[in-house]
Amino acid sequence: MTTTLPAIISPWVAAAMIAAVVLTSTTGEVLTAAAMKSIGDLDVIRAQSGLKGAIRAVLTCPLFFAGVFFLALAFFSLLFALNHLNLSLVGPASASLTLVTNAVAGKFLLKENVDRRRWAAAVLVCVGVYLLAH
Amino acid sequence: MPNHSLSPRQYLILGLVAISAPLGDSCLSRGMAAIPAITLAHPGSLIAAVFTPWIALGILLLIGFFASYLTALSWADLTFVLPATAFGYVIIALLARFWLHESISLERWAGIALIALGVGFVAQGPSLTQHPTAEAKESAVSEVETR
Repeated sequence: MTTTLPAIISPWVAAAMIAAVVLTSTTGEVLTAAAMKSIGDLDVIRAQSGLKGAIRAVLTCPLFFAGVFFLALAFFSLLFALNHLNLSLVGPASASLTLVTNAVAGKFLLKENVDRRRWAAAVLVCVGVYLLAH
Repeated sequence: MPNHSLSPRQYLILGLVAISAPLGDSCLSRGMAAIPAITLAHPGSLIAAVFTPWIALGILLLIGFFASYLTALSWADLTFVLPATAFGYVIIALLARFWLHESISLERWAGIALIALGVGFVAQGPSLTQHPTAEAKESAVSEVETR
């Protein structure tokens, strides 16, 4: 069977594939960000205890593995989506939606100070990524 | 460090974050489009796909991305780092325009302008949220240092 990227995929299935990528990657990014915040500045750790110390600090953090698990899920759902849909759809759609879900998650889950400047940036970059890669 | 201005090294890491992700994604796309369609009935073929050259190269780039991304997250907010990641798409588009001489449509130029504007907004602000406890700790530390 040769591969032409199929037109038979319904918009709902495509949306579900993209939603899977967005949800898993947002969860993974929030968990990873929380893990890195709990560890502290890696450059400082590396200056004190070398590259090995920095790697050990990351690998002994359970939250980090929870994050990596979801990022791995996100990666395989991305591979799966790319196999059925064009990059020009999956790339911008998932990247731009993830920016907005991350801004929301950053504010409410990570308690980051998402001020008007960062909201504006999230929306601008979201539209920009869509226009750029569409 | 009350204002959290970034060092050149930290800008370098943000640059690596920006450029390695879209390059890696492009490699993955190229690799995945070249192999037959994968169905949920045969998930094992997804694992086999990992060992084809373009996908392997994409994964190497994404490992580099992940290392620099983790480093960036250790000293900056997620909502600060992510727009930097998106800036990578701009770099790739400009490379395609001036190096590969591809044409860029008006829509794409508009997209480039919006992303650059958004990144400019975020870059002007602080890179790390100061939580009250962390702030108290840091001011205590700086007090000790100034003594």
